[in-house]
Order: sequence, then C-alpha cells, then structure tokens
Amino acid sequence: MKARNTFATAILLTLLAVAVPAKAQVPLTEGIQIGLSTDNVSITAGFSGADLTIFGSLENPDPLVARQGRYDVIVVLEGPPKPVVVRRKDRVLGVWVNLDSETFENVPVSYSVATTRPLQDITEPNSYKQLSLGASNLYMQPADAGDSPATIEEFTAALRERKSATGLYSENVGGVQFLSQNLFRATVRLAPNVPVGTHKARAFLFKSGLFIKESSAQLEIRKSGFEQSIFRVAHNYSFLYGVFAISLAMLTGWLGRLIFRRD
Amino acid sequence: MGIYLPIAEISVNIFVLLAMGAAVGFLSGMFGVGGGFLITPLLIFYNIPPAIAVATGANQVIASSVSGVLSHMKRGTLDFKLGGVLLAGGIVGSTGGIFVFAFLRRLGQLDLFISLLYVVLLGTVGGLMLVESVNALRATRSGAAPVLKKSGQHNWIHRLPLKMRFRASKLFVSVIPVLGLGAGIGFLSSIMGVGGGFIMVPALIYLLKVPTNVVIGTSLFQIIFTSAYTTLVHATTNQTVDVVLAFLLMAGGVAGAQYGAKAGQRLRGEQLRALLALLVLAVAIRLAIDLFVTPPNLYSLSAAGLN
Repeated sequence: MKARNTFATAILLTLLAVAVPAKAQVPLTEGIQIGLSTDNVSITAGFSGADLTIFGSLENPDPLVARQGRYDVIVVLEGPPKPVVVRRKDRVLGVWVNLDSETFENVPVSYSVATTRPLQDITEPNSYKQLSLGASNLYMQPADAGDSPATIEEFTAALRERKSATGLYSENVGGVQFLSQNLFRATVRLAPNVPVGTHKARAFLFKSGLFIKESSAQLEIRKSGFEQSIFRVAHNYSFLYGVFAISLAMLTGWLGRLIFRRD
Repeated sequence: MGIYLPIAEISVNIFVLLAMGAAVGFLSGMFGVGGGFLITPLLIFYNIPPAIAVATGANQVIASSVSGVLSHMKRGTLDFKLGGVLLAGGIVGSTGGIFVFAFLRRLGQLDLFISLLYVVLLGTVGGLMLVESVNALRATRSGAAPVLKKSGQHNWIHRLPLKMRFRASKLFVSVIPVLGLGAGIGFLSSIMGVGGGFIMVPALIYLLKVPTNVVIGTSLFQIIFTSAYTTLVHATTNQTVDVVLAFLLMAGGVAGAQYGAKAGQRLRGEQLRALLALLVLAVAIRLAIDLFVTPPNLYSLSAAGLN
C-alpha cells in the first residue's frame, strides 16, 4: 500500500512536471503589432486616392487557431476629429433651402476600415459598439444634446451616408491578408480628398469572435510641394496673398493687352 | 491633365478651365463685359464650392478689366473723377457685402443666396435687354430711325443736392446717386464675384445720362479697384481666393477676349445685345432649375466653426 502510494505520488509529480512548463506557455497571450513604413505621407498635386499598406504581426499566435483561420484582424485608419455641421434641405415656396442642421463634435474626417472577413462574420454587433469600431458604430457626439433623439439619429445617419458617398468612410472587406501564420498585410483606402493632419492607424485582433488586443500607430498626412506652399501662404499670410493675387491679375491683364493687342 | 487646386482642394482638368476662361473671354471681348457673371456660375456648375467660385471670380475680373481699361485710357474714354466717386461708394458696399457673405456662410445659406441673386439679377437684366434689343431689331427692319434718348433730358436724379461736376462726362450731377450706384455694385461684387459691368453700364447710361463712349472705360476702371478690394478682403477674411484657379481662367480669358472683340466687330449693336441677353437668360434659367429641382442629396456637410 505504502509503495503504491509512493508510485502514485511519483506519477503525480511527473504529471506536474510535464504540466508546469506547458502552463507557463499559456499565459503568453496573443498580441498584435503594426508597423508603418513611414510616419508621414505627402500628397502631391495629382493625388487621386491611393491604397496605404500597413504591415503587422501577431505575437504568440496559437498555431491551431491560426490554421483554422479563427484569428481576425480589423485595421482602421482614422482621420483627425473635427466638428461638422449636417444640413438638410427642405422645400420653401418651391425652392430647396437648407433648413434644419445639427452640429457634431469630434467627427473623424475620414475613416477607412480593412478587415479579414465581412464585419458581421468577425464578432457580435455589441462588441463593435463597445469598441466603437466600424463607421456605423462610431459615436457621433451632437453639440446640442437637447435635440430630440429621432432628429439626432436622422442626422447621424445622413452624416455617415455622406461620408461614405464621398469615399471618406470606406470599408475594404478582405483588405487584411495573412501572409504567414503571424504576419499580415492590411490595405486601407485613402480617398482623393483625404484630409491632412494626424491620422491614427489602429489594429484590432479577434480570436474566434472575441476581442483580444489592440495596437495603434500614428501617421501624418500632409500636402507637399507647390500647392501646399500656396495653401500655407493663403492661410498664414492672407493679406500678402491677396496682394499677390491682385498683382498677378493686373500683370496678366497688362501682358494680355501687350501680346494680343488688336487696336 | 489634372491639376490640384490648393484652396478649392479638388483636382480639376486644366484644359476645361483654360477653355472656360477662353470661352468667357471671347464672349466678354465680344460684348464688352467683364465676364464675372458667367465665370462664377460656370465654376459652380463645375463643382467648385460657391464661396471659392465667388472670391476667385472677383480676382479673375481684375485681369480682364485691366486689359480693357488700358485701351480706353489710350483713347481717352475714361472719366477718372466719376470712376473715383463710384469707387468710394464701391469700397463701402463691398465691405458690407463681405460681412453679409461671412454671415450667410455661417448660417449655411450662402449658396442659396448666391444662386437667388444670380437668378433675379440675370433674369431681370437679360429680360430687359432682350425686350429692348428685339424692339430695336424690329425698328431697323421696318426702316424707322432708332430713337435715341437726348442727353439733355433730366429726371428726378438730377434734382438731388450735393452736385458735382464731371468734366470728361460733361455731367453736373449729385454725388448721392453716384455713391449709391458704386455701393450697390460693390455689394454685388463681393457676394456674387462679378465686376458688375452688366448693371453699371445701363445704370450710367439710363440713370445718370453719362455719354456712352465714356461709360465702358469708366465702369471698367472702377471695377478693377472694387474687384481688387473684394479679392483682398475675401483673401484675408475667408481665405477663399484660389490663385491657381484664377490664373488658369485669366490666361484663357485674356487670349479669348481679343478674338471675341474681333468677332464682335462683325455684328451690329442690337444683334450683339440680343445674343448677350439670350446668354444671360440661359445662365439664369440654368441656375433657377437647380433651385427648384429636387437635389440628389438633401443632406450636406460642412466644417463647423468656419466662418
């Protein structure tokens, strides 16, 4: 009996010995990292939209889960937040007039999403809401909270609709692709009218529909070259800019007269 | 070939703009008008935001007016004193216009107001001109001599106080209507992006009885400065002047104007006026349709906190 006991203890110890290193590996949960090849993107004169590629990797992925394709990644490129007025036209005496309006604070000017699969297949609508993830789940904060919920809802919907119609809010299903078990590539769209400023790239990792981790990086989008200089001068030295615009017009008029004179 | 407009912040086709400038320049050379009333609506039709179309239109008007004034100066058909008084009124009107412009922009009613002003003014001026020129065409066809208004005729305007003598125009008239006219044109210039020649010229001829040969030069002279002032104020308060856009329009415009002037010499006065009237009415109708037709998007976005 005693000998048996010892044997059982020995087995238990061996089991523990086997289990301990295995358990030590489990707490290394999955993580996600993204990297941008550059921290600023310059838009030149002919910019007509582009695809921005973001690379990222999973840390400590479970090979089994990865093989079954149960890891999902959503990458978002979010433009700088700005206040926006949404106006609705109504008919007054037959003429279409901007009547009602609603101001929203801190609306991301642009919002491009890339995902491994359609959003509804990745996780529950509720977790999107909690994460405020996806153009339809972004919380738009009305400046005047006193307005009726129905009105706010209507204008929020209109705001989203206008943003996607102009390409500023976009969704690229299948835009995230796994290149290996832990390396992925995300392609987000930059609309032709992408706003300048600090954009935030965020990557969300889901495992079998559960949110695991998020990682983010910043990206500066600026205009470059001749156009940007003009824009800067027009805003920073507006008086001189005005004088320049007038002189240019006068010079053109005078030269036009010199070159094409007919009398 | 695309070009990015730095202030309008959109990409446009460079040839469309050059052609637009040339076409309007051709017409303005042909009819002796600045062409601002055509450029601004055309830019709006081409999806340039109305606020930028107006400010840039004012800038473009300077170029065509300078080139016109130079030839009038050479011919001596320019009344500097009358132009100066008109200008004094113009500066006041233009300043008021800029404030109204910024205020309407904040309210979100700027686009509507610009369109309404265009429809009403172009519709009225175009309609009156069409009636007048068709009558004149009929009269010449039936062989009757055209009835000219005598410059000696006086109306209520000539009974106002504060009279001033304008030698080049052979005019002794109160400064009140002159200042008022200048102010009205200045106001329109800053809100509509026009020089206002299409209102100034008939007003000087019919209301103030200024001799026709001095009218165009004087009107262009004052338009240079009103538009320059408007451009400057739009540039400083609204930052809506797009020099790249303006330059493309001017470049096309100054070239087109010369060919237009040549073509205009082959047509008779009444025919020219009838054609111009039809053109003005067409622009008015096109703008009116946009006001009444259900827009494709009832909702619009604009940046809050902007002036």
